[in-house]
Amino acid sequence: MKDKQDDLINYVIALGDDSLILGQRLSEWCYHAPFLEEDLALANVALDFIGRAQMFYEYASQLETRVLKENARSADQIAFLRDTRDYRNLLIVELPIGDFAFTMARQFTVDVFNQLYLQQLVNSTDSTLAAIAGKAIKETDYHLRRSQEWMLRLGDGTDESHQRMEKALKELWGYTAELFTMSAYETALLRDGISIDRTALCSDWRKIVTELLQQATLKVPSDEWQVTGGREGLHTEHQGDILAKMQYLQRTYPGLEW
Amino acid sequence: MTNFKLNEVELEAAFQSRIDSEQKIEPKDWMPEGYRKNLIRQMSQHAHSEVIGMQPEGNWILRAPTLRRKIVLLAKVQDEGGHGLYLYSATETLGITREELIDALHEGRAKYASIFNYPSLTWADVGTIGWLVDGAAIVNQITLQRTSYGPYARSMVRICKEESFHQRQGYEALMVMAQGSPEQKKMAQDSLNRWWWPVLMMFGPHDAESANSAKSMKWKIKRKSNDELRQAFIDQTIPQVEYLGLKVPDPDLKWNQERGQYDFGEIDWAEFERVIGGNGPCNRQRLEHHRRVDREGQWVRDALAAYEAKQQARSAA
Ligand SMILES: [Fe+2]
Ligand SMILES: [Fe+2]
Ligand SMILES: [Fe+2]
Repeated sequence: MKDKQDDLINYVIALGDDSLILGQRLSEWCYHAPFLEEDLALANVALDFIGRAQMFYEYASQLETRVLKENARSADQIAFLRDTRDYRNLLIVELPIGDFAFTMARQFTVDVFNQLYLQQLVNSTDSTLAAIAGKAIKETDYHLRRSQEWMLRLGDGTDESHQRMEKALKELWGYTAELFTMSAYETALLRDGISIDRTALCSDWRKIVTELLQQATLKVPSDEWQVTGGREGLHTEHQGDILAKMQYLQRTYPGLEW
Repeated sequence: MTNFKLNEVELEAAFQSRIDSEQKIEPKDWMPEGYRKNLIRQMSQHAHSEVIGMQPEGNWILRAPTLRRKIVLLAKVQDEGGHGLYLYSATETLGITREELIDALHEGRAKYASIFNYPSLTWADVGTIGWLVDGAAIVNQITLQRTSYGPYARSMVRICKEESFHQRQGYEALMVMAQGSPEQKKMAQDSLNRWWWPVLMMFGPHDAESANSAKSMKWKIKRKSNDELRQAFIDQTIPQVEYLGLKVPDPDLKWNQERGQYDFGEIDWAEFERVIGGNGPCNRQRLEHHRRVDREGQWVRDALAAYEAKQQARSAA
């Protein structure tokens, strides 16, 4: 029973980490975007992800409280007070924002995945997860409409935008495999219908992504390489940079209210 | 041929009487060239200020100390961008494009609020900017809800609502610090020390020295003088400072029972001129950032235009 609770906490935190780290990355665009409307839109998407992270962490905190009582961590403690090895986010979300093409290529591949994933998670036997998914899926529909449109614009825009987009896709392609890799705790939760079988989403994802890339006159990169490890806390070196900034105040002034 | 066109003098008299009877001027109405220019200057300066103002606060988004603070700050900076967008559109009703306005900014022909040439050095500055900078902006903008140009007046109504929200959030963030640890209190006081005088400078030079004021008042673009607005801001803010248990860095500040207002010390006008003249701590950084982002985004805007042209060609075929 205790193990199952640990699995669930790990799972919820991992979902929170995916959202938080991507939200943190996206918010780097605020006042750096190619035009003002895009500053606002990217901030919107970032806000959705950070809000989503907050919901996952609040839930993880409640779950911890059942076991650890007053020693449970708050949502903010979970978000801000772990070290690199204890973050469970996928590698693809921690990669630097790169140029606008890279940001949009990442967003598109992740948005397609999230839509497929959340469509399943709304049926989770865990009612809190199902409720979070229900809210998130509406946001993701909007995110995907946007990122899809940008794939078309950049893929079928100018020579430069086309080249930048193909380069971006190549650079991130090997990180997409991890979207479909099950962690031990996700597998354990599968039997009770709490978690989702990621591996089963791969063929749909591929179909949707391939179709859109073709429409955008873009090549689908070949599967020459793949890197995984985020779920076990084996991150890229970028993760440390993100945390150094994100945790700066909490680390410099421990234990204060803000 | 009969010429029914009124001459310039008659037009201007009719225009002024509309202004005097508090009627709004709308984009299609005749207006003196000076009125149009004056408005473009003021409205675009306002728009640029909203956008450049995203930088000092945006500087803290990645470092915000809690999830809630991060969300609030990101949403605030996003709001400011929205204000910029809204004001650019309102300015465009005067027959000028956003691109032209941004070129003028990049070439140093247009200004933005000088307050944003100061750096946001600590987390307390995020609170102080919301509380005092947005607070000062509101005092000014509330009167602009009655400005004579319709699109500008209407944009102020909407923007003011959000600015008061920002002000409360900023004050609340600072309150937590003022009631927090000694380090936090010190951070809050230091922040107030650095921002107080620059915020008072936001209202501009004394009325007697203000180059654009007289005309702006006659045309009711501006509704209250710089000094009146500054006094109103100080009177409403000092009780808030006291409530936080902080002190403004002005030894001459004291309540004047007779006037029913606060007396306060003289602004360092040399510093005011210095910062406006380009020698503030962040002038080059702010403008260069805006120019660089604009340059770096060019290929994206080009791609967007190319894609839209292709789409149009396809649907025409
Ligand atoms: Fe604003
Ligand atoms: Fe404003
Ligand atoms: Fe504001």
